[in-house]
Amino acid sequence: MKRTLARIYVWLLLLLLYAPIIFIMVSSFTEARALGNWTGFSTGLYRSLFEGDMAGAHSLSMAFKNTIFIALVSAAAATALGTTAAIGIHNLRGRIRKSVKMANSVPMLNPDVITGVSLFLLFVFLGISQGYLTVILAHISFCTPYVVLNVMPKLRQMNPNLYEAALDLGASPIRATTKVVLPQLRPGMVSGFIMAFTMSLDDFAVTFFTRGTIGLETLSTYIYADARKGGLTPELRPLMTIIFLVILLLLAVISFKNRKNVNQI
Amino acid sequence: MDNNRTAIEICNLSKSFGDKKILDNINLKIRQGEFVTLLGPSGCGKTTLLRIIGGFTEPDSGTVLLDGRDISSMPPYRRPLNTVFQRYALFPHLDVFDNVAFGLKIQGLKDDEIDKRVRKMLKMVTLSDYEDRDISSLSGGQQQRVAIARALVNYPKVLLLDEPLSALDLKMRKDMQIELKEIHDKLGITFIYVTHDQEEALTLSDTVVVINEGRIQQTGTPADIYNEPQNSFVADFIGESNILNGKMICDRRVEFAGHAFDCVDEGFGENVPVDVVVRPEDIYIVGQTSAGQFTATVKSRTFKGVHYEMFVETDTGNELMIQDYNSFEPGSEVGLIIKPQDIQVMKKERVCNTFSGRMTDSTHVEMLGGVWECLPQQDLEPGAAVRVEVDFNKVDMVDNLDDGTVTGEAHFILYKGDHYHIDILSDEGWHIYADTTYVWDKGDLIGISILPKDLRISRSDEN
Repeated sequence: MKRTLARIYVWLLLLLLYAPIIFIMVSSFTEARALGNWTGFSTGLYRSLFEGDMAGAHSLSMAFKNTIFIALVSAAAATALGTTAAIGIHNLRGRIRKSVKMANSVPMLNPDVITGVSLFLLFVFLGISQGYLTVILAHISFCTPYVVLNVMPKLRQMNPNLYEAALDLGASPIRATTKVVLPQLRPGMVSGFIMAFTMSLDDFAVTFFTRGTIGLETLSTYIYADARKGGLTPELRPLMTIIFLVILLLLAVISFKNRKNVNQI
Repeated sequence: MDNNRTAIEICNLSKSFGDKKILDNINLKIRQGEFVTLLGPSGCGKTTLLRIIGGFTEPDSGTVLLDGRDISSMPPYRRPLNTVFQRYALFPHLDVFDNVAFGLKIQGLKDDEIDKRVRKMLKMVTLSDYEDRDISSLSGGQQQRVAIARALVNYPKVLLLDEPLSALDLKMRKDMQIELKEIHDKLGITFIYVTHDQEEALTLSDTVVVINEGRIQQTGTPADIYNEPQNSFVADFIGESNILNGKMICDRRVEFAGHAFDCVDEGFGENVPVDVVVRPEDIYIVGQTSAGQFTATVKSRTFKGVHYEMFVETDTGNELMIQDYNSFEPGSEVGLIIKPQDIQVMKKERVCNTFSGRMTDSTHVEMLGGVWECLPQQDLEPGAAVRVEVDFNKVDMVDNLDDGTVTGEAHFILYKGDHYHIDILSDEGWHIYADTTYVWDKGDLIGISILPKDLRISRSDEN
């Protein structure tokens, strides 16, 4: 009896959590313009999304391309920066190490609005004209801590003599790092990259404040603007469904990789 | 090969971590082709010494010479030495072949040359068919072989081994010891081997360097180290031994355990206190009491496979450990014989504690980080620097730390037949030596008090 109740509770909770996204997914398979009406099953919205024969198709595809471009560039930069930082933090000792780790985790907890506004003010103060560059810099700054967080455990698991063994065999410090240390960190770097990518992909607040006035749109700012202009364009429903499924897949990859690594040890 | 050429020379090497002195003025010469073992308990500094030779740790002072050339400031990747690390440190993302080939690829050798050398080396460590295997699929012993091959394939001038067998089980360790020795004999490369296992050191080495507390205690062949230990630490650390207080009566005549014996040692002087070492297998035990030099009662007996290990109490109340093929019932009276050449006489490192201190007033002296009450000292003014001597058996050790003037922990314990000689490391880092009949364990916290009449105080020459 207790078990059944507990189960019902869990399912109810999951249903509540996922209801909005399920609602979008279901309604992406009907052509009704108003959200919530069901006019029979159809993949018409998917077709018009991909063929681009809808109102504002051009700006939507621009926003999509911008989003992917910004996410890829900032995730790549954050991975390079975060991995280097993790190696540095790993080699610190005692109290300094603790403080730096703490400093690394603050940006992750900091509300996006505050990060966004403060970056906006910083860019204005520095006189950097806002656009692609500032958005990418902003994304790198809030993505990097996630990479550090993913790489640190790999450094801890690594046999501390590995780097020395490479030096011992004649590798210079740089070669020892690229040939021996980085391959050990690769799983952490990959999951850090994926996490940074998804963080950048769904960011709204920071992008909103740092994109300036050149009309740069990402998916999140586009959808926001679109929804305010008299209702959501119906083709966004299949788009959101696809994005959700892609991110779900990426998260599954991360957790699968982590499980595999645990099994190896 | 010229076996008298010096391969590695270490001069006046010191290293501290924080205030802790890890290596204290180490001087060592290692000949070309020699198998040298650095032997000592954990924390004695042996691994630090090896890391300094490898270039992974920088010394505070002193030099390391390789073939007469100073390499102290050379980074590890330029030193023509290779290391076998304690936990192998194989590269998990590379297979066996690529692990062994790593150093050669860095050197930029041609592929066919690399292939030839790697295969030859894998054959030598009997891993010929394992080239494509993942490191994680290998047993501990196989990983060990890969680590050795990976180091040796670079033809290093010296091979450094940091407790390479410590992660293997006993049987595997014995097999690998034999293999290592064979590899050494075949290649003629100088091996520097770090271990805390004295049996391993005696089995493998041409030369054993016993290290304790950052200092070299003794350097010599395994037989020298075993048969003629130079101090009680070496005698106690290497093998089983009976270490007793004794007195050199005159040349070739020594007294211990209440009896006088002929021995082969000379030059200690007359009536000089000494330490005497007798190995348990060197005491002959006979059933007929009249046939022995002295008599004893068997207290306990344990079967050890090849021999019996018996503890006996001598007629003068000393306990001795004896190993013999013959078994004697506990409680039986036996006669004991010790031959002159089996008695190893060592100079005593110290005969009493000597501390330096300062008078605070006529009845108190400050030393070892505490203030001690002493007998009234008329001719010493407050503030005078003094030398204080205390006999070992006058140092009173108490459980209750509050009852001691200073506290410390039991650092090294030596059983001397009828009492324990304990080296107490005080909280302030001083060594205090005490003789006691009570049993203490290494690491026990001890309060120390000394009666006022047992402090022998004299004015110190130094200021």
